[in-house]
Amino acid sequence: MPELIAKTALEGQSLTVGTSTLAEADVGRITSVAVFPGGAKAVAKGLKTLGLTMPEPNSLVERKGARLVWTGREQAFLMGVDCPELEGAAVTDQTDGWTVLTLTGAGAVDVLARLVPMDLRLPAFPVGRAVRTQLNHMNVVILRLGEHAFEIMGFRSMARTAWHELEAAMQMLAARNGTKF
Amino acid sequence: MRLTCPLCGERDRREFYYYGAEDYLHRPAEGAPLAEWDNYLHLRDNPAGVTKDLWYHEAGCSQWLLVTRNTVTHEVLGAEMVAGRAK
Repeated sequence: MPELIAKTALEGQSLTVGTSTLAEADVGRITSVAVFPGGAKAVAKGLKTLGLTMPEPNSLVERKGARLVWTGREQAFLMGVDCPELEGAAVTDQTDGWTVLTLTGAGAVDVLARLVPMDLRLPAFPVGRAVRTQLNHMNVVILRLGEHAFEIMGFRSMARTAWHELEAAMQMLAARNGTKF
Repeated sequence: MRLTCPLCGERDRREFYYYGAEDYLHRPAEGAPLAEWDNYLHLRDNPAGVTKDLWYHEAGCSQWLLVTRNTVTHEVLGAEMVAGRAK
């Protein structure tokens, strides 16, 4: 079998408008860990080798480049590392199905406010939270990694649409901020 | 309108999909009389007041929720997950 080269959906492009920067990130491998009923103990044992535990709803845990993000009831995504041997869970590779965008800068939260139907300001959505919600009409997972740093995980098939939505919101916001009344 | 998902917390109505009355959770047993099936499939109450219905958190945690709300005052009184409920 020939050696195939994996490409990301947006070839790592980036864009700065006003005070926010949008970029595609390569987060490495993404593995879904869906715990079977009664499998929690075995999964906890398997994750111990990475120093991780299953995250609480709406949150993520991180350790040494390995990240575990809550994505549903009894389900989390392991990112950045290969998945260790896990008993008690359905483990599936999701790497090719997702595109991860980073949105950083002081204006990031205002950009997202135009597209996401929930409060993402710092008091309501502190660092270390991860939620499943919508970006306009697309289902996404939004992670907060810093006061002005978000990651948006969307379906790879909708990568360019997500980029377009965010770019439009960034430009509208920059235009508004540049307008004197 | 906002619903408080037991997993995700308070979320906007546009994240949810409405399915129908709580009756869908009470499927008749096999061999139940026809009248019971008729009731299950077709007959619905139209209460003015507290009602229970099923919603799907399609843009969130993908869980079915049993929501208690008041059709007169529009109050949302609570939501519980259908998964894990005692039958």
